[in-house]
Order: sequence, then C-alpha cells, then structure tokens
Amino acid sequence: MTFWPPSRPTLIVLIGAVLLLLLPPIAEALRQPFVISVATRVVILALVTVSLDLLIGFGGMVSLGHAAFFGAGAYATALLTQLAAAGKPLVWGWVPPVEGLAVWTIAIVVAALFGLVIGALALRTSGFNFIMITLAFAQMVLFLASLRELGGDDGLRIPVRNTVVGFSIESQTALYYVSLVALALYLFLCDRIVHSRFGLVLQAIAQNPRRAHALGYRVYSYRLVTFVIGAAGAGLAGALIANHARYVSPDLLMWTRSAEIMIMVILGGKGTLFGAVLGAAVLLLLEEFLIGLTEHWQVILGPILLVVVLTARRGLFGLLAGSRGGGGGHG
Amino acid sequence: MDFALFAEQILNGLQAGVTLFLTAAGLTLVFGIVGFINLNHGTLVMAGAYIAAKIATVTGSFWLGLAVAVPSVVVLGLLLETSVFRRLYHRDHLDQVLATFSLILFFNELARIVFGRLPYQIDKPALLAGAVHLFGDLYYPIYRLAVIGVGVAVAIGLWYLTAKTKLGMLIRAGSTHRNLVGALGVNVGRLFLAIFALGALLAGLAGAIIGPMQAVEVGMGENIIILALVVIVIGGVGSIRGALVASVFVGIAESLGRTLVPYLFEKVVDTSTVTFLSGMFASTSAYVILAAVLIVRPQGLFAGKV
Amino acid sequence: MIRKSFWAALAAATLVTTGGALAQQGPVKIGFVTTLTTPSGYIGEETRDGFTIAMDQEGGNKLGGVAVELMIADDGVKPDVAKQLVERMMQKDGAKIISGVIFSNIVAAVAPDVVKAGGFYVGPNGAPNNMAGADCHPNYFIASWQAGTQSDMAGLLADKIKANNVVLVAPDYVAGKDQIAGFKRYFKGTISGEILTKLGQTDYAAEITRIRSLKPDAVFFFLPGGMGVSFIKQVKESGLQNTALLAPLTVDDRIVESLGDKAMGIRSTTFWNWDYDNAASKKFVEDFKKKHGRVPTTYAAQGYDTARLIASALKAVGGDVSKTDAFRAALKKADFVSIRGSFKFANNNHPIQTWHARDVVKNADGTYATKTAELLFKDYKDPYSAECKQP
Repeated sequence: MTFWPPSRPTLIVLIGAVLLLLLPPIAEALRQPFVISVATRVVILALVTVSLDLLIGFGGMVSLGHAAFFGAGAYATALLTQLAAAGKPLVWGWVPPVEGLAVWTIAIVVAALFGLVIGALALRTSGFNFIMITLAFAQMVLFLASLRELGGDDGLRIPVRNTVVGFSIESQTALYYVSLVALALYLFLCDRIVHSRFGLVLQAIAQNPRRAHALGYRVYSYRLVTFVIGAAGAGLAGALIANHARYVSPDLLMWTRSAEIMIMVILGGKGTLFGAVLGAAVLLLLEEFLIGLTEHWQVILGPILLVVVLTARRGLFGLLAGSRGGGGGHG
Repeated sequence: MDFALFAEQILNGLQAGVTLFLTAAGLTLVFGIVGFINLNHGTLVMAGAYIAAKIATVTGSFWLGLAVAVPSVVVLGLLLETSVFRRLYHRDHLDQVLATFSLILFFNELARIVFGRLPYQIDKPALLAGAVHLFGDLYYPIYRLAVIGVGVAVAIGLWYLTAKTKLGMLIRAGSTHRNLVGALGVNVGRLFLAIFALGALLAGLAGAIIGPMQAVEVGMGENIIILALVVIVIGGVGSIRGALVASVFVGIAESLGRTLVPYLFEKVVDTSTVTFLSGMFASTSAYVILAAVLIVRPQGLFAGKV
Repeated sequence: MIRKSFWAALAAATLVTTGGALAQQGPVKIGFVTTLTTPSGYIGEETRDGFTIAMDQEGGNKLGGVAVELMIADDGVKPDVAKQLVERMMQKDGAKIISGVIFSNIVAAVAPDVVKAGGFYVGPNGAPNNMAGADCHPNYFIASWQAGTQSDMAGLLADKIKANNVVLVAPDYVAGKDQIAGFKRYFKGTISGEILTKLGQTDYAAEITRIRSLKPDAVFFFLPGGMGVSFIKQVKESGLQNTALLAPLTVDDRIVESLGDKAMGIRSTTFWNWDYDNAASKKFVEDFKKKHGRVPTTYAAQGYDTARLIASALKAVGGDVSKTDAFRAALKKADFVSIRGSFKFANNNHPIQTWHARDVVKNADGTYATKTAELLFKDYKDPYSAECKQP
C-alpha cells in the first residue's frame, strides 16, 4: 500500500479519465447507448459534488443548501432556452440565444449571485448554525422555484437543447463529452485554487479561523469568494442537467437533494476533489441497481451508507489511494 | 378579526409550539451535551406515533398505546445509542448528519414494510374528547388544551431537572464546557446514555400524543425534524430555554400568519395575491425567522444558556 | 470485508447498467413507473394491485392472450428519477408501453419523452390539463379521467346540494390550484375563501379557524392521502359539523377505512365505485378481494381498466407492438368491457364517461364503506378536448 505513495492517486485519476473518455465508443460497440445517458448524469452530478467538496473539504463550510445553486442554474437555463426557442424577448426586446456558451454563462452568473447573497449572510455564522442557515435559504429559493410563474410543481419542459459553439448536442454522446469537458475544466480550476496561495490560506482558515484572523487574513472574504466559486460550479452543473433531462422541477432544489450531494462528497472522500467523481458514480449506480432489485430499496441503501460513513473515514478515494496517498492538498 | 378568533389562533400556535418543543428539547439536549446532531430524532417521533396508533387501534385504548409507546421508543433510542451513535461522537458534524440521514432512509422504509403504506389515525381518549367553552364564541378542543398542559409540564420538569439536580448541573456544565465534564470524574458514557434516554422519552411522548390530532404516516419524522432543527438553532443550540421560546414563537407566528395574512390583505389586493402571500407565509415563515435571527445573532437567541 | 462487499455491489451495479442483453423476442415489456414510497405510496400500491389483477385473470403475466412482462419501479415522486427509469425501460429493456405514473408533474416529465421516442403512454391516473388540450398526442392515452373532471363534478355536486357559500382548500401546487379552478367551472354560488396549504401539511387548526370565521355551508377540499386524513379528523373535531364536506376522488375506501366514523357525511365524486352493478365490475371486485383481502379503491379500478385497455390492444395486434399504427388504432377503439360500463375515448384520448356522487355509509358489521349516490353527469367529455387538434 505504501509502495508508491506519491503516484497512486495520480494513477487512479488517469485511469478514471481514460475510462470516462472511452465510455461512449465502448457503449456503442456493446450496443448499450443507455449507458451513455446514465454516465452523463453521473458526470453532471460529479460536477456539483466537486463544487460542494470545494466548500466542505477545503473551505470547512458544510452547506446543506447547495441544491439551491444547482436549481438556480437549471431554472435559468430552462427559462432562457424556452424563450430562445419561442423567439420571445426576456427584457428590453432582447431575445436570448440558443447558444449554450451564452446561456450557461448567464446560468453560472445567476447561481453565483445567489451564492453571493446567501453566502454573504450565511457566513456570519459557523459550525452547525451554518448548516442550518444554508438549509433555510435553500428552502426560500425552493419556494421561488415552486411559483406558478415558473411552472410550479409541474416544472418546465425545455423544447430544445442548447448548442455549443453552434454545434448541436442533441445526441447523448455529444452532451456527454460536453459535460465531461465542463467537469474537467472545473476540476482543473479547483485543483489550481486549492494548491494556490489562496487555497492554502483557505485551508488554514478551515482548520483554525481565529489563528488565520490573528495572522491578518480576511477570513470572511476568503470564505465568501470560495462559496461563490462553489455556487458557480453548481450552477454550471444545473445548466447541464437541464439540458440532459430537458426538464426542470422544484425537486432539483429539495433539501434531500442537498443531502444526497453531501453523501456523494463523503462517499468519495471529502477534500479530495477527484473522489467526488467516484462518490457520485458509486451512489448513482448503487441507487440504480437497488431500485431494479426491490421496491424497498431504501431499506438496503440506508445501512450501506451508514457502514460507509462509520468505516471509511476518508471515503472511497482514500481506500483506493491508500492510507497516505489521497487527501489532495488537505492534510 | 374578533378577539375570540385571535385568541384561538394564539392557542393553536401555542399547541403547535409545545408539540414542537417536545421534539426540539431532546434534540437540543443531545446536541448541547453530547455534541451530536441526530437527524434520526424525527424517526423516534414517528416510531412513538406508529406504536401508539397501532396499539390504540388494536386494543381501543389510547392510554395503553401511550404507556407502551414511550418506553418502547426509549429502548429503541438506547439501542441506537449503543450500536451506532456512540461511534459517531468523536466524528465531525458532517459524518453525523450523513449517518443519521441514512438511518432515516432505513427506518422510513422499515415503517412502510411493517405498518403498510396507508396513514393511520386514532381517536382521542374519551376523557379528553370534545371542546370546552372558554369565553364568548371560543370553544377549544380539550385534547389540544391537554397537549399544551403536557408541554408546560415538560418545560417545568426540564427546568427543575437542569436547575435543581446533579444531572442538571452536569448538563449545564456540559452545554458550555463539554470537555470539562469528563475531567470532573463523571462517567461520560453513562451521562450520554441518560441524556439520550431522556431525549428518546420526549420524542416518544411527542409521537404518541400527536396521533389523535393528525395522520400517522411514513415521512412524518422528516417534516418534524427539519422544523425542530430550525427552532433549536433559533433558540441557540444546547439551550432548552431557547428551544422553548423559539418553538412557541415559530408556532404562533405560523398560526397567526396563516390567518392574519389573508385577513389583513383580503380587502387591499386581489384573491390570487392573497393566496400567494398566505402560501408564501405558510411555506417559508420558519426559515425567514431562522435566517433573520442568525443574521442578527449568529449564535442564536439563548446560546450558552441552558 | 467491507471493502470487498462494496466492490461486489459496485460490480453488480455496473453489470446491471452495462451488461444487460438487448431487447429480444419474448414477452411484451410494459414499464410501470409508479409511486410506492412517500406518504402517497398507497396510491401506487393500489394502482399496481389493480393492474396485476387483470394479468392474474388471464392466468398470470398475460394480457389479451399475449405474454407480458410488467417492470415495476418506484419513482419516489421525483421527476428526474422517473425520467431515468423510463429511459432505461425503453432503451435498455425495449419497452414500448409505459404506464403506472400517479403524479401529474411526473407525467409532465416523462410522457412527452415516451411519445417522442415512438412509444405509447397509457396513464392510469390524472395528468396535466394542457396534455388533454393543446398538447395532446396520438400516442398518449389516459385510461382514468382528465384530472380536472373530478373537481368539475364537485362543483356540480355543490350546486345540487344548494350550497351557496363555499370555501375551497387545496395544497399550494399546480394540481391543487387546477382542482380549485375545476370546482369553479360549474359552481354558481359564492366562493368566500380559497385556502392554499403547504404540501404535506399535517396541522390544519389555523385554516379551520379561518374557515369557521367565513361561515360556509360547504367546504370543498382536495387533499390526497394523509393530508386528507388529518384535515377531516381536525374538521370533525372542531365544531364545523354542520358544514357539508365535499371532496373529489380523494376520499376512497382506504381513507374511509382509516377514518372510520369521521368519514361519515363526506360527499365525493367518482367515475366508478366498488358497488357498481355490472358483471365486469363484480368480477374485478371479487377477484381483488380474494387476493388482497380488501375492497378495491378507485385507484385500483384505474389500474385494472388500464391493464384491460392495453390487453384489448395487444390482442388486436397479436402482441406485435411494432405495428404502431394498428396498436394505436386498437387503443383508441378501447374494445373492452370496462368496469364502469360505457367507455370510449374522446378526440384527446381521454375517456368520455359518466360521473356519480359518492357517500360514506356504515355497514351492518360496524365498518364503513363508500356507496354510489346520485348521477352527476352522463357521458361527460372534458372541456379541454376542444383545444386538442387531433380527430
């Protein structure tokens, strides 16, 4: 286990990346196109999980309201794309384009703005109260999403998928690769952040906010910036899930969704970033498997998750990467 | 709105508040002393409600249901403490949230398997059936008054426990300086177990007395736990006094909001706006109060005070 | 050890999602995505149990003499889960017929995908209004009723009992508001208040106080499942005894069983009830009782008739669902003996059927049950059909 301490996590990430890249052609060869759709969902939820891992694993901010940003990105995308498809203007006669790069940028900005406002208020608290205030704000955003004007509980259907630089992503494979690129870019961004000076300060704050404050760091600002980056990542994932399902509903913003994303973070191993991808994949595939097995699948899923939390302290990535390998930049 | 109507809403809010308090008190005690977040606490309420309802349905006696349900839930709580929760005390909040969340999944599905998918309802005991004439037009159900009475009795009991007994002294010491209690030579394991039993007792009691007022169904624990978490945070985590004040405040605010909002706005704006406003109030008032309190007082109202 | 079992689970999961075989010749696959968890789980349970009675009557796993495989899965009232399930059933397992969905927001999420992929959606429960109107589709069938109709009828019922001052109560979500709109369609009296409650709410003390202050002579409430149980219980204990209680379909036999004498006096609307006096209905009720030991609810009836409708169409094409046009025509023809008597589809593929009022009665043995009462509307065609542009 301690044979190759430095390279083992890297190796795992490389193998994972190759597998993900080759998945569509393999699935096509096996004539299992459905797998691509499942994998797309895994990749998108991995993206939102990574964004939460940035907050929890590196910023020490345990947010139980992350689904709000996921939902904000999804709803922004759905509304803009609906208008674009119908050729109707949003404001001042401006008709939104179908182009994803534009729509998704707006979705990210919307999610980031929600993150800025919620984060600015929530970060006045810490510890358990932070968990609860993020939950409270997410419940308020959930109320907005369930307004009749936004489709209420019936949600919104999206007539067409966005284009990416003019190319169609109507095919499942195209959307899969676009999602994979988004995930890779965001992972790269987060990896750079946590290894930068900013990231080191952030982790120092997570370990001991008072000491960091005494050292002259503006604890609040560091956390807020990270919170907004996390919200933006969730917003991008929301934009992608809206395209994948071509449908959004308030269900995307429920607190159980936030808890599910949290479970993925823990399952993969918090503070590992890449582990988040593993966590998302395992939880989704496990659910998929158990639902097919029995209608009482939750009676099996519950204990499995419990055992994982009790035994695998560092998550699956920790297990795979060995006792010293994982952990990313977090000690 | 006449005075009788207003008074009735206050009573409704008070009753909702003290029911909430029974759940929240156990939760905040465990959190304050043990430092453990138990999302699964709502499941204990559900267990109390189901056991009481089942026995009451089979035997026809509410009292027998109550008498069996409360100790059963205490036993369930103790089993959970010794088998699972004990292993989580030294873990961070995140692990605790997830472990107890996974238990919710398990127990909800288990309840569905054991008790079926149909909601249960039980009758009020004959002794407490009917309504009592308070004044003017105001008739109020005796059972709900009794629930308020139970809540007040529990609040007084908890006050006595914390202020006058040795256990209470430890609770007070533990809520502010958790690490010190062990240093005082107290058997911490036994103290935690006792706290847990107390929390489970209150949850079981809450569940059993809810039965005659509303449907007993799978998932009822989740609705209760979220609201209970909200009020313990508003009150200041670990503070029983805070939990009481916040429970009653949220209960009354929701109750008044649901009737006052339509009443006040009915003549000013159109019907759809009124339904929007009252819907908004019903769905979000507890969360708005929580956010407002924490923004002004990040530690909650009574943090550090039992 | 733990590590090992986890990998076993993961490997198994991968196998299931990747290693399954292609759809082969064999039984006709029917995807049945329904709600078995959440407090509304009993509705899916009833629907499924009714559906499978039709299969049992043909000797098990057969509909219209054709071997079928019913793939049942729980959606947990989550649209994205339902979408994923439907996708799997259609793409991986090769199902062309999807049924079972309970909630209208789930129908809104999955049905358009089903018909777009060339499949058939045959719904056993209500669905969004627009899909009965402007957004209707030739491959989209609802075997139960158009969602708003039960409340249209409740409005008629309110007129019949000469209610003049009515308060409406429904949860604050789209289907709830649609029911309120439906009630107003034929109701001629005054509506003194519309009260929207939280979805899943259990305590209605504040609402009931408000209702009492409005002094209505009838209250119409659309509160399915546990919400209705809580509401009725609290109303009956609040001194509102002299106000008529009107409900759409939601007060079914299992709710009545749960409420006992508190259900007395509640009047609801229905398209069928277990006491319907025709051979098909009697046979269904008898077989259902024999298997499950309880009286079938309207949800079970919907499941059963949905299965019988599918059976009639499968029989017409000899089990070859790839004959899409013939299968569609056979569904539309609805050539089966419905337990509700007359049954035919309007242009929007929703039933044209007769509606009755329904009461709650006490049996000789002390139990409570529903009972069919006066006729409300004969051969009702829902108003949305006018907006549907298909023949």
